[in-house]
Amino acid sequence: MTTMTTAPVTPARTSVAPTGWSRDAVQTRVFGIGRWVVIIFALLVTVVPFYYMFVLSLRPIEEVLLKPGSLLPQLSEINFSAYGRVLKSPDAGGQGFLEFLRNSLIVSLITVLFTLLAAIPGSYAIARLRFRGRRTVNFMFLAVYLFPPMILAIPLFTAFTILGLRGSLPALALVYIAQTVAVAIYMLRGYFDTIPESLEEAAVVDGCSRYQVITRISLPLALPSVMSTGLYVFMIAWNEFLFALLFLVERRDRWTVSLGLSQLSGSIEVPTTILMAGSIVITIPVIILFFIAEKALVEGLTAGAEKG
Amino acid sequence: MATLTETPGAQLGPPTHKNRGRTLAARDARAGIALITPTVLIVTVIVLIPIAWTVMIAFQKIKLINLRRTGLFGRYTLDNFVNVLTSAGFGSSLVTTFIYTIGGTVGSIAAGLIVALALRERFRGRGLIRGAMLLPYVAPVVAVTFLWTTMLNPEYGLINAWGQKYLGWDAGIPFLSQSSTALATVIVFEIWRYFPFAFLFITARLGALPGDVEEAARVDGATPWQRFRFVILPQLWPVISVLFILRFIFTFNKFDDVYLLTGGGAGTEVVAIRVYNYLVSRGDLGASAAQALVLAMTLVILMIIYTRASKRSEESPL
Repeated sequence: MTTMTTAPVTPARTSVAPTGWSRDAVQTRVFGIGRWVVIIFALLVTVVPFYYMFVLSLRPIEEVLLKPGSLLPQLSEINFSAYGRVLKSPDAGGQGFLEFLRNSLIVSLITVLFTLLAAIPGSYAIARLRFRGRRTVNFMFLAVYLFPPMILAIPLFTAFTILGLRGSLPALALVYIAQTVAVAIYMLRGYFDTIPESLEEAAVVDGCSRYQVITRISLPLALPSVMSTGLYVFMIAWNEFLFALLFLVERRDRWTVSLGLSQLSGSIEVPTTILMAGSIVITIPVIILFFIAEKALVEGLTAGAEKG
Repeated sequence: MATLTETPGAQLGPPTHKNRGRTLAARDARAGIALITPTVLIVTVIVLIPIAWTVMIAFQKIKLINLRRTGLFGRYTLDNFVNVLTSAGFGSSLVTTFIYTIGGTVGSIAAGLIVALALRERFRGRGLIRGAMLLPYVAPVVAVTFLWTTMLNPEYGLINAWGQKYLGWDAGIPFLSQSSTALATVIVFEIWRYFPFAFLFITARLGALPGDVEEAARVDGATPWQRFRFVILPQLWPVISVLFILRFIFTFNKFDDVYLLTGGGAGTEVVAIRVYNYLVSRGDLGASAAQALVLAMTLVILMIIYTRASKRSEESPL
């Protein structure tokens, strides 16, 4: 196929299909229509469920039970009271989502902070410096990234039970740090790779030490990427469920948003519409964060794909 | 993945490096070790030591109740593995894991590929639509599983309401609690949630494809299908292969999606859920660890087979 690149461009595109319904014309037409069918179908299955989530959060449960198939609620039924009820503390007759949000925020922020503190120097070292064991370390991170979390769950559950750390938010954050540091290093390393080495060498020639090179040249250049990596780590911590379930389930006042929603949706006492308001409340922050960081994030995650 | 980002540029650095003697290289090496140490420490304490501990637990009879009385170096035995491998349900659980993994992996990559191709040509609003495609992947898993269980609810769920109204279903179908539909539904969920992941990678690769080969094929009269089959697809194979490995591994280990949708009931008990049940409900740490290890070992063996097979197929054309 590659030899074709030099083919002369003389034959006009239309000359391929001079007589009406050639195979080319049929396929072009079929794919042309099929493309839009795919796009519309994909939009329906991705957007409608979230729209449904939002609609349910606005309708009273009685109405939903009566007319379950309605996607266009009457203006008169719309009210936002579910949001108040889901956010208020249990003492005030609510579901305590405000507290869950606070817990998730604490865990996620600790995770982001320490993951970045470890991953920035770590990824720089892997991207730039030759040292013994570089390959081993690199392989180790890949293995951690791909390892079944279930295997970690058993010893960590055991250790935390012995140490009395179950129910502790910083202890949970520690587990998240260990799990996100690998992917953070992978992403950051890709960014450091794109900074031309000559820039750093110029600084070295001018008498900068390695640490000055990092803090004055590389880090400022990589700052947008550091931000998007941080946001990605935040999303992972915010969305995590298994370890939150293992370590926090007995302490309602320590539940994270994911754990809180899953525990409450298991009980029949809380109306579905109220929990849908809860779902909206916990989903909006990650979606906003994602779209803030989208471009840099997607580039960082798929860096390998573009190179083939 | 790792090898893909390995920069050739780093090795091609200016030759002055070598000539300037060892001091700089030695200093860099020391700095490198200093910078990587915190990460290595965290990973060692929270990941590597626990993994080693899991192996030890798997060979001991440890229950949550007698945990404090069992030392680290108790009696080692193969009992856990014998019990686990011969227990009713482990074999079928492994089969379920396979079906779920293959279905979810192949389905999500195929769907991601189709959507990426459909959105390849530029048009107004494409950026917005591409963003919308990512919603299922970005939203918290607990929120989307709750959304699905509500939509599929036989009494007041949207799908069943529409099915009865427009498709003439007699009654609501309990998709997630009857064994004839539960596993298929969970796989469809998996495809829905992770097709954006494949979509992202394939879109990135499509964007980087050189246009001239395709244009030449078009000029030479290749039909759209031929251009896809013989020009585009061969260039996508590497990224599809990486995606396959990644998604296979993640899906094989998956716990939360299935647990939140069905709790492992109605024939959807994947091995990860069994590990969890042995750990939490029975408090049988030994048996739980043994199953987790069998799961991990199965995965390692599959990966070895896969890399061997893909190496062999690289040698033969296509």
